[in-house]
Amino acid sequence: MATTQSRTLARMMLFPSVILLLGWMIVPLCMTLYFSFVDYNLLIPGEREFVGFLNYEFFLTDPAFFESFFNTLYLVTGVLAITICGGIGLAILLDQAIWGRNYVRIMVLAPFFVMPTVSALVWKNMLMNPVNGLFAHFAIWLGLDPIDFFAQMPLFSIIIIVSWQWLPFAALILLTAIQSLDREQLEAADLDGAGPFSKFFYIVLPHLSRAVTAVILIETIFLLSIFAEILVTTSGGPGYASTNITYLIYTQSLLQFDVGGGSAGGIVAVIIANIVAIFLMRLIGKNLEG
Amino acid sequence: MGSITLKKVTKNFDEVNVIKPLDLEIKDGEFIVFVGPSGCGKSTLLRMIAGLEDTTSGNIEIDGQDATHTPPAKRGLAMVFQSYALYPHMSVRNNIAFPLKRAKVSPAEIESKIANAAKILNLTDYLDRKPGQLSGGQRQRVAIGRAIVRQPSAFLFDEPLSNLDASLRVNMRLEISELHKSLATTMIYVTHDQVEAMTMADRIAVFNGGIIEQVGTPLELYQHPVNKFVAGFIGSPKMNFIDVTNDSNAQTQSLGVRPEHFEISTDSGTWQGTVGVIEHLGSESFLHVTIEDGSTVTVKADGDCPLKYGDTIYLSAPEHKVHRFDKNGLTIKNAAP
Repeated sequence: MATTQSRTLARMMLFPSVILLLGWMIVPLCMTLYFSFVDYNLLIPGEREFVGFLNYEFFLTDPAFFESFFNTLYLVTGVLAITICGGIGLAILLDQAIWGRNYVRIMVLAPFFVMPTVSALVWKNMLMNPVNGLFAHFAIWLGLDPIDFFAQMPLFSIIIIVSWQWLPFAALILLTAIQSLDREQLEAADLDGAGPFSKFFYIVLPHLSRAVTAVILIETIFLLSIFAEILVTTSGGPGYASTNITYLIYTQSLLQFDVGGGSAGGIVAVIIANIVAIFLMRLIGKNLEG
Repeated sequence: MGSITLKKVTKNFDEVNVIKPLDLEIKDGEFIVFVGPSGCGKSTLLRMIAGLEDTTSGNIEIDGQDATHTPPAKRGLAMVFQSYALYPHMSVRNNIAFPLKRAKVSPAEIESKIANAAKILNLTDYLDRKPGQLSGGQRQRVAIGRAIVRQPSAFLFDEPLSNLDASLRVNMRLEISELHKSLATTMIYVTHDQVEAMTMADRIAVFNGGIIEQVGTPLELYQHPVNKFVAGFIGSPKMNFIDVTNDSNAQTQSLGVRPEHFEISTDSGTWQGTVGVIEHLGSESFLHVTIEDGSTVTVKADGDCPLKYGDTIYLSAPEHKVHRFDKNGLTIKNAAP
């Protein structure tokens, strides 16, 4: 099929969608770049003055930047650690032959269908609320002081909420990977004298490495831009304790009306995301080859 | 040591009875082949011996010890799987070392055992490759290597050659036979290919529908099949069955004549027939002949057979080469001495 004619035709057919996607990406990126170099505050109308790297300087020297940068890292790594470990465990459990397995599998996926704002509200008002929440009731029943999650451990609480949302995704991807494992390999390992732990570490885990890589890459993309959960629960506080880069940009441009500063933050976020992407691809991308 | 005794062994999957009560004695050092059509229970029985399937009732004894409920690793058996079941992320070396490491063998000893197995199986140059970089035959040898190093009391082969191409299969058949001669360990070999069974086995057990129809040496099965099923299964091309309507022996329902036992004549014989397709193999030819009652028989003739499509010929068979079967398909004993 790879005649010159068919290849030319394929390129021509691809052309419109490539242009559309490129435009979709390039135009906002260029506008953001432009805004990041001008003094553009929504409260001060008039000429937008070119200010060079001043916006970047303000953004990068803001103490909140470093705090939110590390918050972003903690958030991403925390959620990844919980969803990967929990996902592998859950996948192994779901792989067992139990009664009503198909229904359980569908139920497990449920949190993924709940939109972030709703699940954050459910956690905030029904589970983690220090007065009415289920955890508070449980703590009182045990005779302990209820924990005010969003005041005492805001970032950790958000990590828990986001992990709950992404656990089903990881579990399902890993479950399909486990199901594709050749049963004869496990039987061979049985005959070779491997116990459950040897089988897990030498056979199952290596087999899952590609799926784990895919989960890490996909989740990282979404976890770098967590926003709704923070807005709904802690609004980035107390102080900047649960602000990540995404939320900081939102505060800059829409709460302080500093579009220029926010745009500079956006560009910084794009650069950080690319650094993370390169880092990840170098580190684990080779698992996806072959 | 590697004698295995099966006593009244059965297997049910839920309500379905896969293996009916079955007795079999496998002697130490013997090469026994389980052969039968697919779904006859031969692989299931092998997996039961290996410990990968539970035994519903009956006993499996290995070296005189009851091993019915012993876990697979403790039975001292090694198995070669149809898909080879190599660990894809480990090098050949680590694949072979895996059972030894699990058994906490010292590293020096592991190294010498790997070197030894690699030498036997011509794998020395491939020890650091991954299974994915090997050909089918090499993977097969790695799987055998992984089995050898454990020095099992018996090897179990589950259709090990069915994923190889025809010429490689002939080579591996020879290699496994040679391996058996040099190791002198019990081997149980499952296949659906009667050629593999005939060429490799000391004894063959013919399975059909969850029972063993007959156990015996390849020649015993070829010369004295106990029933129509064994007669038709052993031998290639398969035996011809000719229905009998008026025979001197009233019990006889059908006659069995192997293609190689027909005598061809152009003027007289027991059966008259018309030559159909002729398959020339060079050393021999197979004629498909339609006889009077409308059935088609296969006849083996010389390689330079002068017959053509549509010729009329007469077939006969020497009396002592003809097998006679009664209405239940059982061989009538005195008929085929």
